[in-house]
Amino acid sequence: MSATTQTGAAVDISRLSKIYKTREDDDVLALDKIDLKIEPGSFVAVVGPSGCGKSTLLSLLAGLTGASTGTISIDGDGVSKPHPKTGVVFQSDLLLYWRTVLDNILLPIEIKKQDVAKFRPRAEELLAQVGLAGFGNKYPSELSGGMRQRVAICRALIQEPGLLLMDEPFGALDALTREQMIMDLQAMWLRLRNTVLFITHGIDEAVFLADRVLVMSPRPGRVDLDLKIDLPRPRQWSKTHEDKEYHAYVRQIRAIFEAKGILVAH
Amino acid sequence: MASTDVIGADRAQAKQGKKMSRKKSRGPWLERYSALILATILLGAWQVLVPLSGLSEFVLPTPLAIAKRIVNELPLLATHAYVTLFEVVAGFAMGVLIGIPLALSIFYSRAFERAIYPILVALQTVPKVALAPLLVLYLGYGWAPKITLAFLISFFPIVISTVVGLQSLDKNLVNLVRSMGASEWQTFFKVRLPAALPNIFGGFKVAVSLAVIGAVIGEYVAAERGLGYLQLQANSLFDTTLNFATVVTISGLGVMLYFIIDTIESRVTYKRDAAK
Repeated sequence: MSATTQTGAAVDISRLSKIYKTREDDDVLALDKIDLKIEPGSFVAVVGPSGCGKSTLLSLLAGLTGASTGTISIDGDGVSKPHPKTGVVFQSDLLLYWRTVLDNILLPIEIKKQDVAKFRPRAEELLAQVGLAGFGNKYPSELSGGMRQRVAICRALIQEPGLLLMDEPFGALDALTREQMIMDLQAMWLRLRNTVLFITHGIDEAVFLADRVLVMSPRPGRVDLDLKIDLPRPRQWSKTHEDKEYHAYVRQIRAIFEAKGILVAH
Repeated sequence: MASTDVIGADRAQAKQGKKMSRKKSRGPWLERYSALILATILLGAWQVLVPLSGLSEFVLPTPLAIAKRIVNELPLLATHAYVTLFEVVAGFAMGVLIGIPLALSIFYSRAFERAIYPILVALQTVPKVALAPLLVLYLGYGWAPKITLAFLISFFPIVISTVVGLQSLDKNLVNLVRSMGASEWQTFFKVRLPAALPNIFGGFKVAVSLAVIGAVIGEYVAAERGLGYLQLQANSLFDTTLNFATVVTISGLGVMLYFIIDTIESRVTYKRDAAK
């Protein structure tokens, strides 16, 4: 299978800062001298409240915004514009409603001016893997929210990205669909073993999915805790959620938020 | 695997959705033909009430008399309709050819937008009808003033709808294609333009209806041909039936152009809610 040819990319972030200039001269320090090395093929979750700079981090990694200071490299290449090895999944599916499911998945191929016909079987295979075999000729409006986000994931995977960036991808889904998507994402990642950076504000999904959780706090955006999650895989929903160690990890992250006043006990 | 359950449910939902949309499109009989039924009732009432009220044919002819006249005068009406059609299409085409590039300049250049918008709005507040005599003075009695009037009147909705269509795009869609490495050129053709098409076509539909008005007004002021000219002729001869026949032809022209644009739109765009 083509998945075997896919290897995770290494990410190296050094002294990365991002300052947003505002009109009133009080600049916002969204990220403050972040240092981060991500092992190829690892699943890293970034968890933090709104405004902690986690989305800024993703947008810098995706090459959508430039860093104020510091450097990012993906497999040794400095990132200043979108890197061909990265695929991005956003919070909303962002499917183009005038294109069929298959044409949406093939959009990155079109943009990179590669042979679209050659990638068609791969697109169909990806659809089948997310349980949407035969949906290729449907339009996004004919699909449910969960199905659309699956298509968005297929679109990010069509180029076999070494680095998959996910920005709160399940934030807009209902609880039941979200649970299923989390399980499916784990299964997919275990097959592909690419590097994943998963941005979320859900502590539970971060601990459940990741090898490593980075806890961030706002003003200035900093990594407060770099937690290695040592739970056996494949993780099963009910079993892992009953696991004592799982809860210890969750408590450890909550403790940070409580100490910072982001979560307040009553 | 447990995962198949939810996926199965998704599929069932999709199937159900399909069934529901099919049912809706079949629709109740009354709903489908409602426009036709109402039009028939109104025309029928007109047909019956005119003789009953004792109004003479010179004041208000019946729908059947008008229809008969249209059939009898078809060559005459067609000759003049071609002239008006040409003026409308030429004016509208000019509106598109000048309006779209102008809209793009407004969209891509903040400075240009600031400079041109007040002028555009000021121009739009000038009643175009008031310009007709001036245009005749400058451009003579031929095609030129009619085409210019059709252009002036149709140009504004094209510009505005295109600008609004381009500006209302979800910024995240731009980020999406940029993350794939798209150039601005690609972003425009893959995302910006297709997303703006429903707005642009909305503007086209308004514009083409207005272009008909522009051309006919131009003909009212000074012309030797065209439906507006024919109507004035009928008026001066107290031929009210021909007058009505001309009005129906003018309206038919507008409806035809509207539906041509509507057909082109449904060919090149996919309606967002088509499946719902």
